[in-house]
Amino acid sequence: MRSDPLMSRDYRTINYVSGPIMFVQNPIGVSYGETARITLPDGEIRTGQVLDISREMAVVQVFEGTSGVDNSVTNIRFTGEAAQIDVSIDMLGRIFNGVGLPRDGRPNIIPEDTVDIAGTAINPYARDKPSDFIQTGVSAIDALNTLVRGQKLPIFSGSGLPANQLAAQIARQSRVLGEGEQFAVVFVAMGITYKEASFFMNDFERTGALERVVFFLNLADDPTIERIATPRCALSVAEYLAFTHNLHVLVILTDMTNYCEALREISTAREEVPGRRGYPGYMYTDLASIYERAGRIKGKTGSITQIPILTMPDDDITHPVPDLTGYITEGQIVLSRDLFRRGAQPPIDSLPCLSRLMNLGIGPGKTREDHRNVADQLYASYAYGRDLRRLVAIVGEEALTELDKKYLSFADQFERRFISQGDENRSIEQTLALGWDLMASLPEDELKRIKVEYIKRYHPAYRAG
Amino acid sequence: MVKGTIARISGPVVIADAMRGSKMYDVVKVGEEALSGEIIRLEGNQAVIQVYEDTTGLRIGEPVDNTGLPLSVELGPGLISSIYDGVQRPLPVLVEKSGSFISRGIDVAGLDRSKKWAFLPSVKKGDRVAGGDVLGTVQEYHITHKIMVPPDVPESVVSGIEAGDYTVQEPVCHLEGTGPVTLMQKWPVRKGRPYRKKLDPTVPLLTGQRIFDSLFPLTKGGTAMIPGGFGTGKTVSEQTLAKWSDAQIIVYIGCGERGNEMTDVLSEFPELVDPRTGLPLMERTILVANTSNMPVAAREASIYTGITMGEYYRDMGYDVALMADSTSRWGEALREVSGRLEEMPGEEGYPAYLATRLAAFYERAGLVDCIGSGDRVGSVTIVGAVSPPGGDFSEPITQNTLRITGTFWALDTNLAYRRHFPSVNWIKSYSLYIDSLNDWYLENLGPDWEELRNRMMYLLQKEVELQEIVQLVGPDALPESEKAILEVTRMIREDFLQQSAYSDTDSFCPLDRQYWMLKAIQSYDSAMNNAIERGVGLKQVSLLPLRSEIARMKELGSAGEIQALAERIKTSIDALEAER
Repeated sequence: MRSDPLMSRDYRTINYVSGPIMFVQNPIGVSYGETARITLPDGEIRTGQVLDISREMAVVQVFEGTSGVDNSVTNIRFTGEAAQIDVSIDMLGRIFNGVGLPRDGRPNIIPEDTVDIAGTAINPYARDKPSDFIQTGVSAIDALNTLVRGQKLPIFSGSGLPANQLAAQIARQSRVLGEGEQFAVVFVAMGITYKEASFFMNDFERTGALERVVFFLNLADDPTIERIATPRCALSVAEYLAFTHNLHVLVILTDMTNYCEALREISTAREEVPGRRGYPGYMYTDLASIYERAGRIKGKTGSITQIPILTMPDDDITHPVPDLTGYITEGQIVLSRDLFRRGAQPPIDSLPCLSRLMNLGIGPGKTREDHRNVADQLYASYAYGRDLRRLVAIVGEEALTELDKKYLSFADQFERRFISQGDENRSIEQTLALGWDLMASLPEDELKRIKVEYIKRYHPAYRAG
Repeated sequence: MVKGTIARISGPVVIADAMRGSKMYDVVKVGEEALSGEIIRLEGNQAVIQVYEDTTGLRIGEPVDNTGLPLSVELGPGLISSIYDGVQRPLPVLVEKSGSFISRGIDVAGLDRSKKWAFLPSVKKGDRVAGGDVLGTVQEYHITHKIMVPPDVPESVVSGIEAGDYTVQEPVCHLEGTGPVTLMQKWPVRKGRPYRKKLDPTVPLLTGQRIFDSLFPLTKGGTAMIPGGFGTGKTVSEQTLAKWSDAQIIVYIGCGERGNEMTDVLSEFPELVDPRTGLPLMERTILVANTSNMPVAAREASIYTGITMGEYYRDMGYDVALMADSTSRWGEALREVSGRLEEMPGEEGYPAYLATRLAAFYERAGLVDCIGSGDRVGSVTIVGAVSPPGGDFSEPITQNTLRITGTFWALDTNLAYRRHFPSVNWIKSYSLYIDSLNDWYLENLGPDWEELRNRMMYLLQKEVELQEIVQLVGPDALPESEKAILEVTRMIREDFLQQSAYSDTDSFCPLDRQYWMLKAIQSYDSAMNNAIERGVGLKQVSLLPLRSEIARMKELGSAGEIQALAERIKTSIDALEAER
């Protein structure tokens, strides 16, 4: 709409290059946020975007980096268009690079539409309430931190922890009870290694889902700044698939920590006042412009569910990347090194985990009437058992009361049988039944979080008798 | 009218040339798409503008038109049950005009122009009225909406007034010398509406939440802050307060928060019923939603938009409670704009004027004697959520807010991890209003209230010390009386302080029930002490089924049943005889 070929002009007035940023002198008629095509002396073409513009100077970030750019021959052409991507249903099963060009050696797609990658905010009034329970088959998620359609639920991982396996397992097993509808996966790699990316590809291939997946790959050796555009391109495609083609789209973004580092690089190059740990002060807003592109819209059947994966540097949950993410997303799944060492698979540390939309997706008609109570009780009992472990470390197990010993063993069993499940795909009934089996090891009047009628209906002691 | 041109664009900040003659905080229309913005700095010919919409696509040299008016909101019937963005554009109208995604350059009026309201005058021709006087009323749901003379109108004579159905723009009354008065008035958001004088708040804002009402109360006209890391339940607390507070008008500002949460409020509030009036909660609520992905400058404006609407209802003599979730996001918007202006940063990159702005906002709360004739007392209570990075309370927004708010509800990550909700830390939290509320509590609950509350606080404090000992030497080393304390504090924590926001029976707990629940625990506490003195062991007491009865106290229907339980506890423990 804003495209105006007559307005596009060529400049050779680059006078300052620093990191991923170039300064172009005397830009006339250039608009804020528009895309630039940069032609290097050797003929290579790169893409950039206008970040700041005044009468004298335009600041341009170059997605592929500025190596090889000179300040005499390099030509820059402003296209007059905001960064855009061609979209089509035929993107399913294809592999693209970080800025949406094919990298699988096959021809360009035939676009059905072209959309701005920045996207626009969904009007909160037009949003529809997420309410469909997604059964992931993972007990620690289904029972305690339920995922619902339209949610954004990140996985907080540490280096070396199996976040990818968990994400792949979720992608593989997820289904909405009682429905066999159209789904798609948009997989977004930012700065991960080829090995990690091929793990996902193999997993999708093995399960026959490859034809339902759109890959956006910016690997570890691809240009860093491209990562700024990668999630936006991918989410534009996801929005198109969800709200034009009515698919239920699961978006996996990995690794958001790499994205934030690219953001920091640009901010530093622009000499902005840094916030915490050198990340820019606007990182919250920037991350929100990615994460908030999830949800459902009234009157449309499609939906976008996001599972971003991020690495907590030094397993620190207060680091700006997990911290700001946690403030935007609707909960988090946290992996624990301690559980991983003890062989739990997946090593989900349920105490700091949370699903804010859980209550919308559970209960009678969705999962089961006792779900909320069971989750609360398992949490409370496990938390108490974990506290006791610290006490035992100091005063020894003998100092505990009989009741406390039961809690201690409950916590162990909970980790061993409930959290850890390997590749098993558990239905929600199996998960809840397992929860009841574990709770049966505690005295009945300790189950204070559960309504008496549910105890009578579901407690193994009553079921058997 | 001043017309300039764009000279620089950097994110939400635009600098325009040839703007001499503009005033600070004038609203301007930027570019060919006429995006709304506001002047935030003047430098010679140049004006610095923060733009309330996405600036992508603007070009150097595009026109900038100054409207000459400050950023204002429309005040009048039709505000209640509306949902606005940060600059008072009704979101449902935006959906009609531009679909599910918010597009740019759409100008929509805050109040519906076509709806007719039945106006009943309360003054007659020839009466003398001045700013703040009530001219008549309009029924807005169950709220009697008072149509007031705008505050800045001098005393004048009513030359014509008539009952009838009017739109918000049609004159309902004529004043000699000053002209017509409509149902709607405009007020600049950055300027507090005037009042005659501030009064000392002495009445609590009851919330139905036990830890708030009983331990750390807030007054009508007071200020409170809820800081907490992510997942500690700030938003749930804010929403719970919006649901159950005994204010007549609620203004809920979703400032830079999640879209799905606003959807939750939007779908839930129309279905929920106010326990005091039996009417849908939406019929007393105004929502301002500027989610995190909507433009930052509008986020900065959203809390002023909200509080101005709150002050308007205050001026009618109503109690208004305003929830701002989250003021940290507002502070971050300030920081972002300040960074773009290349201002010298203060702590953590926030501008040096952060503390002043925060104080100016919170000081707009208060119990006031309203202007205009007649005794009208209204209040605005502010509850601001704060999202400290990394849950670290030493950061600037938390610290600056602490200095100016009266009640501090500190949310605790560790409590949240073990699903103790509301995760308000009873050791760190405080209320500065306790003394001024004491009389009210003694009068309305009972003369033993102060003692009861102090005893609970003492026990909770004592528990912390005892826990340290237990961590070192194990629970067996404690004497019986101290073990009893640990048992009682566990009851206070689990059976009193924990309150599920999602439970049908327990999410709202009236004050008399709270009182009797505390009395039940107190009766257990004192009976235990007596029993131990008589030589009765803890074991013996624990054989009684009292513990689980207390645990199920939350499910009991009425205050009377809990009162009966309190008495039963006393008699059954007193009946125990010492084992030999």
